[in-house]
Amino acid sequence: MHAQQISIFLENKAGRLAEVTGILAGAGVNIRALALADTSDFGVLRLIVDDNHKAENALKQGGFTVSKTDVVAVEVDDRPGGLHHILDLLQNAGINVEYMYAFVQHSGANAVMIFRFDQPDEALKVLGADGLKVIEGHRLYTM
Amino acid sequence: MIYDVEYETMPREALEAIQLRRLKATLERVCATVPFYRERMAAAGITPRDIQRLEDLRHIPFTTKQDLRDNYPFGMFAVPMDTVVRIHASSGTTGQPTVVGYTARDVNTWATLMARALVAGGATANDIIHNAYGYGLFTGGLGVHYGAEKLGASVIPVSGGNTKRQILIMRDFKPTVITATPSYTLHLAEVAEEMGVSFKELSFKFGIFGAEPWSENMRQEIERKLNITAVDIYGLSEVIGPGVAIECHEAKKGLHVFEDHFLPEIIDPATGEVLPPGETGELVFTSLTKEAFPVIRYRTRDITSLNFEPCICGRTHVRMNRVSGRSDDMLIIRGVNVFPSQIESVLMETSEVAPHYQLVVDREENLDTLTVRVEVGERLFSDEVRQLQELERKISKNIKETLGVSAKVKLVEPHTIQRSEGKAVRVIDNRKI
Ligand SMILES: [Zn+2]
Repeated sequence: MHAQQISIFLENKAGRLAEVTGILAGAGVNIRALALADTSDFGVLRLIVDDNHKAENALKQGGFTVSKTDVVAVEVDDRPGGLHHILDLLQNAGINVEYMYAFVQHSGANAVMIFRFDQPDEALKVLGADGLKVIEGHRLYTM
Repeated sequence: MIYDVEYETMPREALEAIQLRRLKATLERVCATVPFYRERMAAAGITPRDIQRLEDLRHIPFTTKQDLRDNYPFGMFAVPMDTVVRIHASSGTTGQPTVVGYTARDVNTWATLMARALVAGGATANDIIHNAYGYGLFTGGLGVHYGAEKLGASVIPVSGGNTKRQILIMRDFKPTVITATPSYTLHLAEVAEEMGVSFKELSFKFGIFGAEPWSENMRQEIERKLNITAVDIYGLSEVIGPGVAIECHEAKKGLHVFEDHFLPEIIDPATGEVLPPGETGELVFTSLTKEAFPVIRYRTRDITSLNFEPCICGRTHVRMNRVSGRSDDMLIIRGVNVFPSQIESVLMETSEVAPHYQLVVDREENLDTLTVRVEVGERLFSDEVRQLQELERKISKNIKETLGVSAKVKLVEPHTIQRSEGKAVRVIDNRKI
């Protein structure tokens, strides 16, 4: 039920992001979603791509430090309170959201959010019990 | 003014005769009392009796910092502990400091040499000396202190730190001589300015600065900002502490080495060959009068040259030029000795991996700053910014705890640290000194 995300360490300096997108373009990898968390000195670039394997190899070849992280992609009702409902649910279950960001594509009428939880398996149970729809990796990558 | 006219202006032939006599006595004594020296000389097939001229010293093996470490803590002492009255230690490189000891006579010798140094730097018995060298295991504070008392000056043992209080003391006590590291002095000047205290309106006339490398430009800046005459002092705890050599304020051109107590040589650091007078190389010292901790051909790792030309001040003792570098890669940051290898072990301990790293030293607003650049490889990388920041903080804290020096840790991408012939460039020293 998990999806995999690629994380890249980047120094906070001009042109680094373009370097990454250039490498991925060159390798024929399509970026499905992207989020950058940064400080004044460095950042972590998180990517959902259509081909993890290809992306990882190309980036490592390009000298970047890359890691893979399990995340959960959840369909969110595209209406006021849709996201709040999910966060509320998780908070009540004692599950922390390490970070989250939006996926570019909608799934039908719903928005898609990417979550990194401290207890991903617990989170999946809570979400499933509430009838929320989790998108599996292989579907997410090609949505 | 000269504190000890007889010895400090002694004709060189007479001085060299004293040196030879004291050298022979020192060698006899260390061979009798320090197993390390006895074994070293035996292995080299040489006895003290083979030393007939000062030049013969070159046949005796060197002593290195590692030798001192190997004999930690008291193995190099030449007297029983009951005659040792003082112990100092210099900052360790692998967690092991270099320990030195003094007999009562050594303490007195040191105080006398520091009194000589203070007078060469312009101080008199009528001066008030603001001593901002650190007091403690470091020899700077107490070394100057005893010299000032020996001279009969009034010493303010203010030590390092608490800068604002120091400025108030300067304003109220009106000290006339300042002794401190040059970088701290410029820091004092800035803080004084922020507090609305003008250094020029204080009572300082002379300043004696050392314990870290500094430049002619810094001298001019200090002299201008403090409106004083500034001289360079040299010393290291292994030899005795501050007061091994001092610039005279008359010439301000090289530091007179107190040759009746210390015999300097300049060697090629790579081959160990003694270099001809005037050539630049590594400074080596043999102590001639020390009792508790004599050193024989101790390699200081400091790069300099000796100037035998007569000086306008009247002193006949040879002058060493400003130390221009280190023969190994040791860094002196705010008076603290820092080896890249120490940082490496901290990184190893903190992250359980040996990342590529680089030390960048800058001098910002007259204070040395150390930045440790650490390459983030897969083992160090975390997907979470918070954990990476925590890693930076942990490394920085461990460096501070282990080395006693503050460092900013900067995580960088792999392969961004320059490699030279496949080897990472470990140190970039941007200080213009
Ligand atoms: Zn002179």
